[in-house]
Amino acid sequence: MSHSAVKPTPASPTPEGGHLLEVRDLHVEFRTGEGVARVINGVSYHLDAGETLAVLGESGSGKSVTAQAIMGILDTPPANVRSGQILYRGRDLLGQSEEQRRQVRGKEIAMIFQDALSALNPVFPVGWQIGETLRHREGMSRGDARARTVELMDLVRIPAAASRLGDYPHQFSGGMRQRVMIAMALALNPKVLIADEPTTALDVTVQAQIMDLLADLRRDLDMAMILITHDLGVVAGVADRIAVMYAGRIVEHADVHSLYRAPAHPYTKGLLESIPRLDVRGQALSTIRGLPPNLMRIPSGCPFHPRCPYVQQVCVDVVPHDLVLGDGRTSACHFAQEVCDDSAR
Amino acid sequence: MSDFETVAATENQAARRGPSGEPGAPNQVGVPRKPRSLAGDAWRDLRRKPIFWISLFLVVLVAAMAVVPALFTANDPRDCVLSRQHAGPSGGAIFGYDFQGCDTYSRAVYGARASLLVGALSALFTGLIAVVVGMLAGYFGRWVDAVLSRVIDIVLGIPLLLAAIVLLKRVSASSDNVRLFAVIFVLAALGWTTAARVIRSSVITAKEQDYVAAARMLGAGNGRIMWRHILPNALAPAIVVLTIALGSFISAEATLSFLGIGLKSPTISWGIDIDAGRVHMRESATPLVVPSTFLALTVLAFIMLGDAIRDAFDPKLR
Amino acid sequence: MTAPASPAKVRGETILAVDNLVKHFPITQGVLFQRQVGAVRAVDGVSFELRRGETLGVVGESGCGKSTLARLLMRLETPTSGRATLEGNDLFRSSGAELRRLRRNMQMVMQDPYTSLNPRMTVGAIIGEPFDIHPDAAPKGSKRKRVQELLDVVGLNPEHINRYPHQFSGGQRQRIGIARALALRPEIIVCDEPVSALDVSIQAQVINLLEQLQDEFGLSYIFIAHDLSVVRHIADRVAVMYLGKIVEIGTEDEIYERATHPYTQALLSAVPVPDPDARDDRTMIRLTGDVPSPADPPSGCRFRTRCWKAQEVCAREEPHPVPRAADPHPSACHFAELRPTTT
Repeated sequence: MSHSAVKPTPASPTPEGGHLLEVRDLHVEFRTGEGVARVINGVSYHLDAGETLAVLGESGSGKSVTAQAIMGILDTPPANVRSGQILYRGRDLLGQSEEQRRQVRGKEIAMIFQDALSALNPVFPVGWQIGETLRHREGMSRGDARARTVELMDLVRIPAAASRLGDYPHQFSGGMRQRVMIAMALALNPKVLIADEPTTALDVTVQAQIMDLLADLRRDLDMAMILITHDLGVVAGVADRIAVMYAGRIVEHADVHSLYRAPAHPYTKGLLESIPRLDVRGQALSTIRGLPPNLMRIPSGCPFHPRCPYVQQVCVDVVPHDLVLGDGRTSACHFAQEVCDDSAR
Repeated sequence: MSDFETVAATENQAARRGPSGEPGAPNQVGVPRKPRSLAGDAWRDLRRKPIFWISLFLVVLVAAMAVVPALFTANDPRDCVLSRQHAGPSGGAIFGYDFQGCDTYSRAVYGARASLLVGALSALFTGLIAVVVGMLAGYFGRWVDAVLSRVIDIVLGIPLLLAAIVLLKRVSASSDNVRLFAVIFVLAALGWTTAARVIRSSVITAKEQDYVAAARMLGAGNGRIMWRHILPNALAPAIVVLTIALGSFISAEATLSFLGIGLKSPTISWGIDIDAGRVHMRESATPLVVPSTFLALTVLAFIMLGDAIRDAFDPKLR
Repeated sequence: MTAPASPAKVRGETILAVDNLVKHFPITQGVLFQRQVGAVRAVDGVSFELRRGETLGVVGESGCGKSTLARLLMRLETPTSGRATLEGNDLFRSSGAELRRLRRNMQMVMQDPYTSLNPRMTVGAIIGEPFDIHPDAAPKGSKRKRVQELLDVVGLNPEHINRYPHQFSGGQRQRIGIARALALRPEIIVCDEPVSALDVSIQAQVINLLEQLQDEFGLSYIFIAHDLSVVRHIADRVAVMYLGKIVEIGTEDEIYERATHPYTQALLSAVPVPDPDARDDRTMIRLTGDVPSPADPPSGCRFRTRCWKAQEVCAREEPHPVPRAADPHPSACHFAELRPTTT
């Protein structure tokens, strides 16, 4: 009966003062035919048990690559982790063997993706796919795995779960497929769930259902969650803390309330001002000028300087370090305090 | 408008890929691509491939032999003296002499013309038939596609050699040129099906693209859409199929000549010489090996060239 | 460029009227002898009017028929039945030269900037193609100049006329698509999800461009999108679609502040608001289940299978989009009422 119920596992001890998961000064580059793209340039963030960290960024910001590095599913080559540490309960995952990392994957840290249709194998029934992990990794018998699969499908609120075990992925709607993928990710009771754009491909009403589900599961199963997204609305709904990424760096890091109230980095400020809002009727949208940088030729100094309204000579010359503002929030901007004051006004 | 001018000014710095994409591949995490034209990209890619240069060199060499064989050998391939039968290398005859006492090397050089002519013209006609049939079937669909696809199935079902024997027997007594074009006709008439199928399926893909819908919304007619929008985007895979077919047509010509139903002496072709060399293989292998090597290298060169060009023009492989 | 000059054209008059438009895609079985076993009712009786100079937003979830509606209006699909009148001309009965003339009045900007431009044509050829098809649209020899003007209008460098689409970013490609749509100086532009494929920081640039062009050229937009925030920003009137039908239509204010259809209310409440402080204040309506298949829609009201107000009458009788007592804009619900706790 050890697997009969999904119970919150008591959080195993983490090293004194350490975080559950910590990324330290990670650098990742991609070698392509046209040169070296510096995709991650010194990313550091941490995740504590029971919290939700949102990693916010546009395409090319490196938000997904960081997650793939944590999971150890980067294709190397072309990817190359140049330096940095990924500490899980104090142990550096990057130093571990492939076999050790496989043990962590799924069981300690699990991941769900944006495109549930391509993440599921079209030729096997979903019940079989969820159960496969249980049989393979937990050595469960067919009967036990089946019973646990039904439990998991109930847990992610798939109606009439027992009768849908034999259905194939294409017989499920987009929202239901996403639930199947969440069930698969939860099969081994992970402590950390990484959700990479989990609702981007879904309609608004279904998106709301899935975000509710993820928030409830995180609370009920006492997991920690990294939510990777470009959607400022989704983040505001569930995150505790936010790390904003731009050109492979974290440009701002703050708790969700202070960040939305008064962003302290011009990029975050620009993003928040450029989205049309349902609750505010506005005139012309303010825009962030220009385009995200070419990762093979990242601008000197602050990578945001060509698009920044606050730009000064120092931004072209000097890479800004994380400036600590109150409440443990940081901003990688030479004029962080000024931006923050402007925003609060 | 100031925002837009900035955009235009900064666009040199970054031409990004699409916003969505699966994780993993570098181009899907927003790695930018430098501005270049499609053909420029292909050329840049080809330039760095030794395979491309080797195959191009061979193709140019064979083409030169076909056009001006006298550049490559001073000996007349028809200057045959029986006393030199199977004699070793001497003078310009670097590979010695065959059963008839002709210069083996010289005959191989002169044989390039007929072989290449058959290959190139068969590929050209094959391409024309395939483009017309594939385009009509793919673009109009419905009953046009049903009829043309069945025609393709039927032609594909005809065994090449059997049909060639039946058709070429009728012209066996005709002049050299008539026989040459009969061989080309037979190869093209039976060989277009694969290319037509490739074109049909790439036309179907191209037809569904948004830019075709955009052209239609502007009021473009069928002819314009087929010619300007679909053909250029559907042709790339067909060109590859055709270069590969070109190689196989050359060897098919050799097969037909070898079977005695293709070209005949006094026409000089690799097929004829391979056939003759085979008979006297035990006395001397060189008259068999030399034209066979020429044939094999030429076919290989065309196939490698086609392969390299296809890879270069396929952005997904880059 | 100057706006289409015609003194008789009055802002606010009806320019396009769509009446009971229907598109059913047949579902067939069998390879050689196909027979129809059903139909996907993609668009199933849609009526609306578009006025000169306004933006009509069309919102709905995937499968509601909004993209099919766009393709029908652009004559990329043939409607099963229904009428559309474009400035007095019957849009669906015209063909040949008359259709080509009508097309000059109505153009479309498509969703995907990566597939909507022919990769083997230069930008100049792409934007110049409308003038090749309609030689009378530009005086002889002025094509190049017109193309460069258009590039300038949409905020691209006119010197980039010889570049290929893949040398531009997504947002810039979308501008090229907009320039192509503008070339024939249409009065109506159908925008089918024009910003949903773009990055957040680029979306605002394109939305602002569309608004600026509307003012400059007096364009009317049919703006199709799934993003209700974007639609609220740009639209004057909004139509909400569900399973091939318009369930509610009204001014931006009527739909966003005084919606009376339960589906509209649910849709609006599900939109994530970028404000963490509003997290707990907002009462959300959580719909259960998925959208039913358009091949087999529910009887009566199509929304009843997910509606918390559904009663027996909803299965029996189809509600029509007519003004309701709760608010005088058309709403297709038997129990139309304002939501008591609107944020």
